[in-house]
Formats: sequence, structure tokens, C-alpha cells
Amino acid sequence: MAGAREIRTKIKSVQNTLKVTRALEMVSASKIRKAQDLMRASRPYAHTMRQVIGHIARASIHYKHPFLVAHEQVKRVGYVVVGTDRGLCGGLNANLQRTLLADIARWQQQGAEVVVVAIGQKALHFFRRLKGIELVGSVTHLGERPEIGKLIGVVKIMLDGYADGRIDRVHLAFNDFINTMSQKPTLDTLLPLPPAIDMQATYDWDYLYEPEASQVLNHVLTRYIEALVYQGVLENLASEHAARMVAMKSASDNATEFIDELTLVYNKARQAAITQEISEIVSGAAAV
Amino acid sequence: MSTIRCDIVSAEAEIYHGEATLVVASGEMGELGIAPRHAPLITRLKPGQVRVIDTSGEEHSFYVSGGILEVQPQVVTVLADTAMRARDIDQAAALKAKQAAEQALANRSDAIGVAEAQSRLAEATAQLQALERLRKQLKH
Repeated sequence: MAGAREIRTKIKSVQNTLKVTRALEMVSASKIRKAQDLMRASRPYAHTMRQVIGHIARASIHYKHPFLVAHEQVKRVGYVVVGTDRGLCGGLNANLQRTLLADIARWQQQGAEVVVVAIGQKALHFFRRLKGIELVGSVTHLGERPEIGKLIGVVKIMLDGYADGRIDRVHLAFNDFINTMSQKPTLDTLLPLPPAIDMQATYDWDYLYEPEASQVLNHVLTRYIEALVYQGVLENLASEHAARMVAMKSASDNATEFIDELTLVYNKARQAAITQEISEIVSGAAAV
Repeated sequence: MSTIRCDIVSAEAEIYHGEATLVVASGEMGELGIAPRHAPLITRLKPGQVRVIDTSGEEHSFYVSGGILEVQPQVVTVLADTAMRARDIDQAAALKAKQAAEQALANRSDAIGVAEAQSRLAEATAQLQALERLRKQLKH
């Protein structure tokens, strides 16, 4: 029975792999739900924030906040890139990186420099290897329940850069969670804030401000941008689990298929061995 | 008795939602008590308690480490910060993020250019697609 033992070992090892991929698949399936709940919980905040900004921006027309003013010449472009901390999630990070690189190459052709802050291990490891790109900040290990507190630092680097005129545009790159089967690499503009949000007010009234409008506006806009980045991180987290679940499911399917094929080969080998044995016995008996 | 709707939300969760007869919070310029039909107001909050007295007279109290309070005649909204915020704390966070990046850059081994990374990614994707096609062909 040559080869039968080897095939059996191989089947065992594939079975072990199958156990791992099945487990990962189920873990991810349950984590998607939690991530989606987090996404839902953070929505009222962003929604209310948008309303408030709409009101204030209308009220303090004479005061042009730096975040609402577009810089005429774009010399340095900033990116806030959201990646995952762990791998085994299919092409999720690679897809985002491809979209990003295309955009970065476009800016570089126009002679603009590129500045990046990375969120998550995979984004960090990707950008630290890239030449011609300035990596100015990073944060990793956000875990299953990302806290907005951990994002303050990286966001502040970009906001300060923009306010000081060192950075002329800021984009946010993350994977948008559409559904379990599809996640879309997305590039959003964080700064300058799109004019849509300072045109929303329809009522004819004004707030009492404590302290003055410009300070409140500054505070609200900073929080708003942090909330946008946070929302991106949550979308990306849900995308990560979804992508991992799909990747692990296809790995499990492949493993099952592989086991079936190997079992077939094993059975054939076994039968061949038995047939050979019988014919040996028969021919041996005939010779006697 | 007239009431005012009260929403307390943070970026991470919805904290309170319901009708109230009075909302008390510590604004940057002083303590604020907001009753129904208060004039529209917006203020930053100091770290402290937000107390909500609901229609049954029961008092709910929440600690916020800062945030924004918005008042409209029918609604009070508290956009609470969950993290401790102050100029120096924010500055420290920014510095920490910067250092993390510098550290990562310090021990990089093999730097590559954007164009190269792009072509490598394209190559990898092409390989994957080829594999996928091959698999499908083998199945039929």
C-alpha cells in the first residue's frame, strides 16, 4: 500500500486547516454583528453634529473658519488611511491600497507632496515602506471596540497641518461596508469641508453663543472631523470582519473539496492494493 | 406640563433619549438650567454632571468629560465627549501618534517607490485572477 499512509497524513493536515478556517469564519460572523451595532450607535452623533454645523456656519458668515476655506494651490496632500490590524481578510487592504496609490500618483504627477497618517498595522506597514511619502503619524491596535480617544492624535496632526497651511487637502481612505459580500474602497475629502454642510440651514433664527460663535464653531468642526474618521474606522472594522468571513468561507470550501479529492485518491490506492494482493495470492495458488 | 426632548449622544453610543422637564449642565460660562421653550443656545461643556429630570420627576445624572450642548425650543442635545479632552492632552496624543510613526520608520528595511508598489500590487492581483480562472477551468 505505497502512498496510502502519506495520503492519510495529508488528509489529516487539511482537516486541521479546515477546523481553523471554520472557527475563524464563525468568529468573524459574530463580530460583524457587533461592528454593525457600533456603526449604528455612532450615527446619531454625526447626524446631530451635521445639523449643528449647518446652523452655526450660517450664523457666523462673517467669520470664515480655516477648515471651510479651500487652499488655492495644492502643494501637500494629506491622507488619513484606515487599515486593519490583522491579516487573513482577503483583498481588503490591497484593494484600498490600490485605489489610494492611484490617487497619490495623480497628485504626485501634479507636483504635490504626500503626507500620510496610518491607522492600523496593515496601513502602517504598507506606508513605512513607501519612498517619497511622508508618514507623520500612526496609531495601531484599536481592538474590537475602537475608542475615539485613540484617534485624536492622528486627526490633530492633520488638522493642525491644515490650519497652519502646511497641508492643503486632507482625504480619508477606508473600506465602506456595503454588505457582507461587498466592501468598497472609499476616498472621502475631510478638508476643506465640502460646502454642502454650510448651506443646510433653512430656519431664520440664531443661537445664543457661549462663548463666541467662532470658538464654538472651531470646537464643533474638530469634533465633526474626528467623528467622520471614527465612522470610517467603524466601517472599516465591519468590512474587515465581513471580508475575513468570506475569505475563510472560501478557504473552508476549498479544504472540503480538497479532502474529498484526497479521499477518492486514497480509496483508489487502497483498492488497487487489495486487487494486487488478491491477484498475487491467486497466481501464487495457481503456481502450486 | 410642557416638556422638552433630551438627547444625550456620544460618538460611541446613544446615552439618553427621552422627555424632560428640566436639564441641568455645567457650561463653559457657568451652570445652565434648561426648561422647555428655552431660547436657542449653543455652548461648550465643562467636565461635570448633566442632570435630566424626566416627566415623572425622576432625576437621571450622567458624567460627561466635556462636549457641546445645543438647545432648540423643543430639543436639548448634548454631544458628549467620551475621552478626556484638554489642549495639552490632545497635544500629547498627537505627539504619541507622531512618535509611533517615527519608530516604525526607524526600523524599516526595504523602502520602495509608489510606482513599484503599484506594479507589485497589480501583479499580485493579476496572479490571483489567473489562479481563479485556472481553478474554474479545472472544475469544468
